[in-house]
Amino acid sequence: MSKLNLTRRGVIKTGAAAGTALAMPTILTAGSHAGFTNAPTGSSVTLGFNVPQTGPYAEEGMDELRAQELAVQHLNGEGDGGMMNTFSSKALKGNGILGKKVEFVTGDTQTKSDAARASAKSMIEKDGAIMVNGGSSSGVAIAVQGLCQEAGIIFMAGLTHSNDTTGKDKKANGFRHFFNGYMSAAALAPVLKSAYGDDRQAYHLTADYTWGWTQQESIAAATEAMGWNTVNNVLTPLASTDFSSYIAPVLNSGADVLVLNHYGGNMVNSLTNAIQFGLRDKMVNGKKFEIVVPLYSELMAAGAGENVQGVIGSMNWNWQLQDAGSKAFVKSFGEKYGRPPSNSAHTCYVQTLLYADACERAGTFNPCGVGEALEGFDFDGLGNGPTSYRADDHQCFKDVLVMKGKENPTNEYDTLEIVEVTPRAQVEYAPDHPMFAGGQLGACNPGA
Amino acid sequence: MFGLDKKDATLLVIVAILTLCAPFLLNPFPSESALAQFNAGYPDLMQRFVIFGIFAIGFNILFGLTGYLSFGHAAFLGVGSYSAVWMFKLLSMNVIPAIILSVVVAGLFSLLIGFISLRRSGIYFSILTLAFAQMSFNLAYSVLTPITNGETGLQLTLNDPRILGQSATADGSIPVTSLFGLEMRSTYELVMGPWAFQFNAGYYLCAVIMVLAFYMSIRIFRSPFGLMLRAIKSNQTRMSYTGLNPKPYTLAAFVISGMYAGLAGGLMASMDPLAGAERMQWTASGEVVLMTILGGAGTLIGPVLGAGFIKYFENIFSKINDTVLHSWFSFMPDGLENLVVMLVYPFIGKGWHLTLGLMFMMVVIFLPGGLVEGGQRIRRLFRRKDDTPAAKTEPAE
Repeated sequence: MSKLNLTRRGVIKTGAAAGTALAMPTILTAGSHAGFTNAPTGSSVTLGFNVPQTGPYAEEGMDELRAQELAVQHLNGEGDGGMMNTFSSKALKGNGILGKKVEFVTGDTQTKSDAARASAKSMIEKDGAIMVNGGSSSGVAIAVQGLCQEAGIIFMAGLTHSNDTTGKDKKANGFRHFFNGYMSAAALAPVLKSAYGDDRQAYHLTADYTWGWTQQESIAAATEAMGWNTVNNVLTPLASTDFSSYIAPVLNSGADVLVLNHYGGNMVNSLTNAIQFGLRDKMVNGKKFEIVVPLYSELMAAGAGENVQGVIGSMNWNWQLQDAGSKAFVKSFGEKYGRPPSNSAHTCYVQTLLYADACERAGTFNPCGVGEALEGFDFDGLGNGPTSYRADDHQCFKDVLVMKGKENPTNEYDTLEIVEVTPRAQVEYAPDHPMFAGGQLGACNPGA
Repeated sequence: MFGLDKKDATLLVIVAILTLCAPFLLNPFPSESALAQFNAGYPDLMQRFVIFGIFAIGFNILFGLTGYLSFGHAAFLGVGSYSAVWMFKLLSMNVIPAIILSVVVAGLFSLLIGFISLRRSGIYFSILTLAFAQMSFNLAYSVLTPITNGETGLQLTLNDPRILGQSATADGSIPVTSLFGLEMRSTYELVMGPWAFQFNAGYYLCAVIMVLAFYMSIRIFRSPFGLMLRAIKSNQTRMSYTGLNPKPYTLAAFVISGMYAGLAGGLMASMDPLAGAERMQWTASGEVVLMTILGGAGTLIGPVLGAGFIKYFENIFSKINDTVLHSWFSFMPDGLENLVVMLVYPFIGKGWHLTLGLMFMMVVIFLPGGLVEGGQRIRRLFRRKDDTPAAKTEPAE
């Protein structure tokens, strides 16, 4: 069917193509630039803000982006400086980072690990980002953290609450300011005990990924330690939007507490479904049926409306805090966007400042130097009281807020009230705690 | 050349040259200029262009030749990715065993699904494949989490055995994927004045494989087997009446295109060792259908063009945010600037789907043959006069 017709021109063409193909690897192995990945050369430095703009966590992502833009303004000396004025470290001068003007690029993670990595990669390879900040959803954060470790840049985790981010999937180039499932459980357990008693039957609905699993494990462990019984744990896909089929079996399970290990759009939908089924008006085992949402956020509370009234949960930070740092941040955020910031916005803002400050103190953008400056760093004035970055797992330790849906909200942002500020000592754990064991930080990677 | 006629050989050479020079062609704008936003010549995106090109080429062998519209091809891509990552976890970081395993596993998996789905044709076949793909996707999230690691995605860790390689490098980090020591991520940057071009080892591996895959697809298109597949597309009943059983041919085409998808999945994992279940979602299956139709189903080069087009939109348009827009239109007076930004904003950033949807509608309505037809029309416009003699030499198919 085929005949090999050799022509002089054909042979030359083929030879040239094959030669180029063969020569490529030798050209490629020639070493690239020295130092570290994306070392800034001009008068500016680029940060990458990788947040979900679509998908179940989109609301949180958009708020993170607002905070990140605000942080860049403050770093460049525009606006009122926000928390830079109350920050205990005074290395930041409002002239960018190390004298270089801060610029930023944004990307959409779509709340999917694949898309998040693609977007982070394009920031690193195309835009020359020196640091990536963001990542709602722990699955995404862990995936991007792994990528940043390989590429040799710093990852400042945004909203990620899974134990694994600084547990078994911790990386030397990754840092987390946000709290985690274990801390939520440790803070919530005493409050739940005093509110609902120590003899309860709990039914868990859990988002089926790393965050859901570890938070459920933490909450179950903490509540069982005080006498509760875990009736059942049902895993739900992150992409679900209707949870009625998961709620119906709760009614017949004999449980009297429903724990929703859901976040963002998932939580809004599952809580709404639960209320529609009349769960909170039921009396089971002689007790009033209760719903617990271990990880709260203002945006979720706003989305769920009056359904959150009386529901208990925990938070990393809330705009109603009255310390100087929180007030300064709420003021400048409010002036720019006309609304109070959420706790995901807060953590991203703080992470951006912490990164910039670490660069200033280290005197370099080299990820290894920045990492050293962040490890074991004690600071205050960023809204959470005295905080420290533990060197063993790159996790921040600080007070945790226990929140409750407000019964009589006065305006659309006034949806939650602070029940208790759990002191830091109560939520601390050893770096080799079984829920966090199994991973290693590895060595810091400067890339290049 | 290579058993191809002159026209196909020229096409192959053009494709080879285009892929080899892609780092230059995709970076036409100086890196400091405002238009650098539209540069696509960075390793990750170039890898995606060729990998999805392979995926679409394979899909076109099934859809373009037999007319069987599979809505579940992403399942094979996902299966390929998972097998490759498992190879990196268990065996070594060399990409060759990983790619081989991903092709083999995807082939077996497509044999199973094809055997069942091909009992029906038309819309029923599409629905069956869609059902299987969604089943795989949901299994990956639930029952199969020990193998797939659910939503978090399958990732490498420092504790993986890697029998033929090392679990961790000397400095305590996870080793990177390589081809006999040539690291897939190693990139050589060539700076020429204001331009910067990036030559990435992983990209060139993918590019060479894509050219090979493209060559194979040409051979299949021009072979008696390919002719048989076309016969199935034009009239399957008549083919059965002449005493030929179409099923082995369709099954073979299905398995071949499944293996192409597995190859693409394996390459994706080789470039970035992570496999997530969302690669198997029906939207991913739909994407390859879009790529093929957008480029031109049944044509050789069409699917590759379509893949490049969609990936370009996904990665470049989705990154334009309102700050960038404001900087573009800053020369206008304030009120007008805000108005223009407001009008353009829904079509960029997270609105890139909208732009892509509009483009897709236009192509389907005005260019039913896809981008390839567009190219042909433009060519015809310029050489209307000497158009006739070329038609005479065309062999009858």
